[in-house]
Amino acid sequence: MTEPATAPIEALKDKVPEQPPRSQWRDVWDQLTKHKGAMFGMGFLLFITLAVLIGPYIWQVDPQKLDIRNKDMRPIYTALWDSDAKVRWANPLGSDQLGRDNLAQMIAGGRASMAVGWAAMILSLLIGTAIGVLAGFFKRLDGPLMRLTDLFLSLPILPLLLVAVTLFRQPLRAAFGPEGGMFILIVTVVGITSWMPTARIVRGDVLAIKEREFVLAARSIGTTSFKIIRRHLLPNVLSPIMVSAALGLATAIITESALSFLGVGFPSDFPTWGKMLADAVPRMERFPERVMLPGIAISLTVLSVNYLGDGLRDALDPRIRGR
Amino acid sequence: MKLKTLMLGAAAGIALAPAAFAERGSDGEVKIIYWQAPSILNPFLSGGTKDVESSSMIIEPLARFNEKGELVPWLVDEIPTVGNGGVSEDLTSITWKISEGLLWSDGTPFTSADVKFTYEYCTHPEGGCAQLTKFNGVASVDTPDDLTVVVNFEGPTPNPYGPFVGGESPIIQAAQFANCLGAAASTCTEQNFNPIGTGPFTVTEFKPNDVITMAANPNYRDPAKPAFATVTFKGGGDATAAGRAVMETGEFDYAWNLQLAPDVIAAMAEGGKGTPIAGFGPLLERIMMNQTNPSPDLPEGERSTAMHPHPFLKEPAVYKAMSMAIDRPLLVEVGYGQAGKVGCSWVPAPEAFASTFEGCEVQDIDGANALLDEAGFLDTDGDGVREVNGVPMSILYQTSTNAVRQDFQALIKEWWSLIGIETELRNIDASVFFGGDPGSPDTFQKFYADVEMYANTFNGTDPQSYLGNGLCDKAPRPETQWQGENISRFCMPEFDALHAELTKTADMAERQRIGRELSAMMVDNGGMIPLVHRGRLSAHANSLGGVVLNVWDSELWNVADWYRID
Repeated sequence: MTEPATAPIEALKDKVPEQPPRSQWRDVWDQLTKHKGAMFGMGFLLFITLAVLIGPYIWQVDPQKLDIRNKDMRPIYTALWDSDAKVRWANPLGSDQLGRDNLAQMIAGGRASMAVGWAAMILSLLIGTAIGVLAGFFKRLDGPLMRLTDLFLSLPILPLLLVAVTLFRQPLRAAFGPEGGMFILIVTVVGITSWMPTARIVRGDVLAIKEREFVLAARSIGTTSFKIIRRHLLPNVLSPIMVSAALGLATAIITESALSFLGVGFPSDFPTWGKMLADAVPRMERFPERVMLPGIAISLTVLSVNYLGDGLRDALDPRIRGR
Repeated sequence: MKLKTLMLGAAAGIALAPAAFAERGSDGEVKIIYWQAPSILNPFLSGGTKDVESSSMIIEPLARFNEKGELVPWLVDEIPTVGNGGVSEDLTSITWKISEGLLWSDGTPFTSADVKFTYEYCTHPEGGCAQLTKFNGVASVDTPDDLTVVVNFEGPTPNPYGPFVGGESPIIQAAQFANCLGAAASTCTEQNFNPIGTGPFTVTEFKPNDVITMAANPNYRDPAKPAFATVTFKGGGDATAAGRAVMETGEFDYAWNLQLAPDVIAAMAEGGKGTPIAGFGPLLERIMMNQTNPSPDLPEGERSTAMHPHPFLKEPAVYKAMSMAIDRPLLVEVGYGQAGKVGCSWVPAPEAFASTFEGCEVQDIDGANALLDEAGFLDTDGDGVREVNGVPMSILYQTSTNAVRQDFQALIKEWWSLIGIETELRNIDASVFFGGDPGSPDTFQKFYADVEMYANTFNGTDPQSYLGNGLCDKAPRPETQWQGENISRFCMPEFDALHAELTKTADMAERQRIGRELSAMMVDNGGMIPLVHRGRLSAHANSLGGVVLNVWDSELWNVADWYRID
């Protein structure tokens, strides 16, 4: 009382953190950069995405332009071992049986494939997460929603798409044009037939998390269900959602390629990777590059997305992170 | 010197060739592959080409069409005509004289009773005969003696060569099928799988949908034929595999119907083991022009019907310009190679029925543009697409899914864009497109598009019923469950009247003139744009001689003359 409080006792003083605080996302990023496969995957995905976005401005050749005089050109590198090969610099990756430039087609085809992949992935993610959370959190909805998931799992995508094309092609085409309408149709069908794994994984995680003490605590202070889902459940199931997002992108690209390969979907002169692959099959022996180029592009994209998903799973799991 | 060597070689070839087939069964085995497998050897119970052609090696008709489409006597001595008295003056009956001494493969004589029995077998009310149309209009079949058959028609029939002519109407043995009439027909497995015939081969073993083994017929009428002792007839696989088996690996001697792009065929032919052969029948790849409005704004049931004419495809300048813009020789080169010719006439064959069109094989973009400009169909809003009375010339172009057809679509779209016509492409799975399901909006009969591309043909050499596809009342429409052959909904009273005249005309030259006129009428009035006259393409091993590809009858029509080149 007599003396003013001077400096507190040294021994009782709290230690100030020596390093600035780190956010969770920073940890995730650090972990991710340690995963070589994920870094390769991310790099390639970035490259492909930039290539299809900026590519048409650099390589300004119309992918649908026919040039019958310069048909069946080989890629320029063929000249290295075969000096008689038909090559020219105007078609660095060669041209197809009607003289369309392969490089321009690859870029345009990649645009379509990537756009379908991303859009369908986001759609299936939204549906899958919503259904998974609802089924996991509300006991009464669990049975019906999971049976619905089983039902969708048993839907064969190809017949479904054929029916959808028959029923909805005309109105969608009238509203959004032939290519826009088909895009919406394919994205929707791929989206609504690929959300089921996400829903099941999310439901399982939600079931486990909602029994934890912090959820009970939140409920005891009167937090509404919606807020519990938003503040406590969703951040905790983010890791499986991100992983299934990555896998979903890969599935969507493959499904789109398969549909184009079968000749269902986009108009026949609208290039996509799957369409290029399908067109090249009869001449596979003489022009292997026409199968290899889109085939490798599809495989590498899907592979890189899978590696990225693998890395994300490791990085997002706090129990694995830092090891 | 070189010429001399060549001449010597040719002379030696000629001298050796007859020796090669001088004796029955001297050339061992011949292997044939059909990528569609035969399931029965009785063509009366199956309309499938594969079944008709495989059975044509065993059972035969009275007369056949040869590779030029001419009738040749087969089990008879001559073709009956009005001139030789075989066909009655009033065209109501035809009398066939069967060759003497013909034997079935079991050694019993072939008589007119067998022919009459065949008629009774197919026309039995409970039989469900697949070739019933061959006997349309037949009133009765009489047999005055063992070697004479008289077919009586219900009315004058200018073309009496339907019954017992061609691979689809062979003669079966009365003794063998006696208990197989009517409802019992399909239960006679033994008879249907092992028919006794007059043809060069007999069945040793038949495995449905797989393989047929055959042996030379010991009682065949020509003692020196067939040169082969046995036949292995394999079915199944696909066209690519069949082509490779003959031309690249040499496992088979003959492959049927290779529907593949010309450069794919050429790559196979480089294998050096076989040769592709093409034969031209009346098969025509064409673009049909919808005469009615397919707009999706119209209610279902009125869309693509005669209630609403097409807004601009009926304009002569439009369809003429669209046809002029097409480079047909290039289409042939890209899509069919040696299996295609420039197609200008609706009926491209037989030659006598083919109408000619000046300048159809020359592409004329400038001329087409001038034609449209002259007609006043200009691009008024500067978007690169012309307008007709305010409607932009934007069309939907559909076809079935097939590599060659999609190439055609891309090319034609490009050419039409050069004359200010915007084209949207669409391809539909062939099983849906040609499926004929009235519930589907995607069939070629429903034609919910402005133009569509496919190929069509007819059997035999007389196009009368085929030309009937242009008749007004043959248009598919809701009342007919969308069935009908007049796909473009072409409707012209003059055409209908001229076709009626054709059905009554007997004189051949006159029939040909009317046929050419009908064909020209259809093309000149914008019902269709002919593109490519397509051939039938098969392949035979280089060591197989005597193959003559026939598009008017069974491809295996002269299998008795085949021999091995050593």
